[in-house]
Amino acid sequence: MKINIIGAGLAGLSAALTLAENGIKSNLISVQQSERAQSVMAEGGINACLNTMGENDKIEYHYEDTLRGGVYLADPDAVRGLCEAAPGIVKKFASLGVPFEQNENGIIQRNFGGQKKKRTAYVKSSTGKMLMTALIDEVRKYEARGMVTRYPNHSLVRLIVKENRCFGAVVQNTYTKEILSLNGAVILATGGLNGLFEGMTTGTTQNTSDAAAMLFSQGVALSNLEMIQYHPTTIGIQGKRLLISEAARGEGGRLYILRSGKPWYFMEEKYPELKNLMPRDVVSAEMVTVSSLPECDDQVYLDMTGIEKSVWKTRLSDLREQCIHYISLDPAKKPIPVSPGIHYFMGGVWVDKNHRTSVRNLYAAGECACQYHGANRLGGNSLLGAVYGGQAAAKTVMNESKENDIKADRAEENTADVSPAFARKICEILYRSLPIVRNESDMNNALSELKALKNTAENQAEMNRANLALAVVQSAIERRETRGAHKRTDYPERDDDNFKKQTVARLQNGKVEITFKEIGEDLS
Amino acid sequence: MKITVKIKRQNSPDSAPFYQTIHRECDKETSVATLIREINAENISDIEGKPVEEISWECSCLQKKCGACAMRINGIPRLACDTKIAELKSKSVTLEPLKKFPVVRDLIVDRSVMRKNLLAIHNWLESEASQSEKNVDLAYDASRCIQCGCCLEVCPNFTAGESFFGAAAFVPASRILSQLPKGKKYDLVKEYGKHIYSGCGKSLSCHNICPVGIDIEHKLSNSNAVAVWKRFFK
Ligand SMILES: Cc1cc2nc3c(=O)[nH]c(=O)nc-3n(C[C@H](O)[C@H](O)[C@H](O)COP(=O)(O)OP(=O)(O)OC[C@H]3O[C@@H](n4cnc5c(N)ncnc54)[C@H](O)[C@@H]3O)c2cc1C
Ligand code: SF4
Ligand code: SF4
Ligand code: FES
Repeated sequence: MKINIIGAGLAGLSAALTLAENGIKSNLISVQQSERAQSVMAEGGINACLNTMGENDKIEYHYEDTLRGGVYLADPDAVRGLCEAAPGIVKKFASLGVPFEQNENGIIQRNFGGQKKKRTAYVKSSTGKMLMTALIDEVRKYEARGMVTRYPNHSLVRLIVKENRCFGAVVQNTYTKEILSLNGAVILATGGLNGLFEGMTTGTTQNTSDAAAMLFSQGVALSNLEMIQYHPTTIGIQGKRLLISEAARGEGGRLYILRSGKPWYFMEEKYPELKNLMPRDVVSAEMVTVSSLPECDDQVYLDMTGIEKSVWKTRLSDLREQCIHYISLDPAKKPIPVSPGIHYFMGGVWVDKNHRTSVRNLYAAGECACQYHGANRLGGNSLLGAVYGGQAAAKTVMNESKENDIKADRAEENTADVSPAFARKICEILYRSLPIVRNESDMNNALSELKALKNTAENQAEMNRANLALAVVQSAIERRETRGAHKRTDYPERDDDNFKKQTVARLQNGKVEITFKEIGEDLS
Repeated sequence: MKITVKIKRQNSPDSAPFYQTIHRECDKETSVATLIREINAENISDIEGKPVEEISWECSCLQKKCGACAMRINGIPRLACDTKIAELKSKSVTLEPLKKFPVVRDLIVDRSVMRKNLLAIHNWLESEASQSEKNVDLAYDASRCIQCGCCLEVCPNFTAGESFFGAAAFVPASRILSQLPKGKKYDLVKEYGKHIYSGCGKSLSCHNICPVGIDIEHKLSNSNAVAVWKRFFK
């Protein structure tokens, strides 16, 4: 038995390692090698209740913070598993050589948004890179033993699906253009849907969303697509948004706006308990609110000038360098202008708590899946979710997957890409209609524009991208309430009676259909 | 400002390379990555009036964190996303693929030899990492390597496929070496002698070129201390 893992970021690597440790072989397929995956960009840290800070932290609190942060849209059973496994995951990374900052009590933890305790383990502002280096080296050990076969520079062409069962994947070598058909169960770990907002996210250009779009066209259900996280502190740089990690606020950075010419620390005044470290959806929405007040300027600033020298040196040196390098401002000396930017996709491929998708023998983990974060992700929970999700998916595969050898029918494979112009049009429509605070009429306009655009699609990939974009907008329209990252002017209240449910999008006879289902329940 | 962009093109590994030249107006703060993206987004012609087909290149993070976009810019290996036109101090910009690796298409080269080399030296921990105040900074700095290949491009002793593996191998190895508990025989130690120590001229051309500023000299001397002189950290 050999399992096919599509995507070699944290989730894919974690799945491969778990399988290999249990004696199961895998193919690890990715458009670019692991060192280029978005996971290396993660900065602020990874959450786990290690209770090293004398704050009497408990796993139960991590669980509660995660569910509350996600405004009760995440599956509580799945989240419990995540939080319980977290301390073991962080300790394992330490044993693999990740140089977490430590003191005599163990790994030091910092404050992060939406959490009432210091619970985020970190290596300066380069946590993702450090985890990835350690995991890449560990997986290499199994590669040498023949347990993991790497296929870098390979992209997913399509799945081999018959009667709602997955038999493998067709992939293409992007260097030689050679097509390869790989049999066996598939774990999808292709990261977030960045490509829908090309140039407007903090992440990689490599996560085009084409894999999810292809799956959608092949009948795989997607969920909670409307839940798109705007990170409060980003800055536009060439070709993308630059993230200023939440670690900046975790270490004492303060948000303010000039109100009648004087700095107003609005988060501190409005939320005396968590202050600048409220969950991201709350902070971003407040930034929109205050900057539209007549007595306020329209620019919010992040003031890190009060952070001690020693903290800059040991914990934020890389963050400081980044600001100086990209925006020519030294944050230790001057407040920096920030605004919300698209950062994370809580929604994605629908999975149950064991990471099964709606198609048998197909699993998904990491940012491409809809698990753990509900309506809003807490900082530090997605590295954790990617690692844990990869492990969980691997364990489910081991229990369920049997050898199978249906070969792909030798059809002409459709490998043309989405053109940059088409991608840009999708992005323009989505970005305009799905801001932090949304309304039905703008989204309805977007639907008509997307339908018109879909008619101009010149290949399968463009058709798929248009359908995925339609699914995102339709999901957002159908959720007629405000919850987490999905805020609406026309439905400003949370409505648990009707909408404490997952949005499910499916493509049926070429049309996007949206339904709602109870959290934790299986798909029919 | 007005610039002249000269790009080395090659359709496939076996086809003949050629140069294509474009005149362009651009801001001096524009990065080479943005320049390529802009050229690719437009239908433009070169100075001979021929259409400029989409330029193949690799990128991912666009903020010098992934190593994908390494190429030769005016003859020097650098990251396209981290090179501004102004820094080149020239109105002509020449883009070429890295020379030490086989060309796939245009500016894309196949750097898989770097992964093969790390496999060949057994670059992994064989037992739990030993961490202390003495080696955390080293582990951090070494773990930052983005496997871009710029150091190999300038190394006088590195040739893809031959037995000397260069800084792109010894930098990652230095992390593992610093975390190996004393007292066992490790494959990495043996392979290090064969593929790194014996071939390195210590000229340190690699040291200044590293786009993420890893202190390569320090990594080399520490790795030599462990692998050759058996001075383990613990
Ligand atoms: C700037 C930044 C900072 C962040 N900081 C933090 C943080 O501090 N803490 C935290 O918890 N989270 C953070 N995150 C989020 C976190 O990095 C990601 O959510 C997480 O790394 C996702 O991991 P993944 O394995 O699911 O996906 P990725 O790491 O994105 O990997 C996706 C993989 O899929 C492959 N792939 C994509 N499409 C295809 C295709 N069509 N065919 C084949 N392969 C494909 C890619 O090559 C890649 O290997 C941050 C994100 C960003 C952008
Ligand atoms: S010191 Fe010189 S020979 Fe050794 S790796 Fe660096 S450039 Fe190559
Ligand atoms: S050592 Fe520096 S130059 Fe060499 S591959 Fe690593 S990051 Fe690139
Ligand atoms: S695109 Fe990642 S280093 Fe340039």
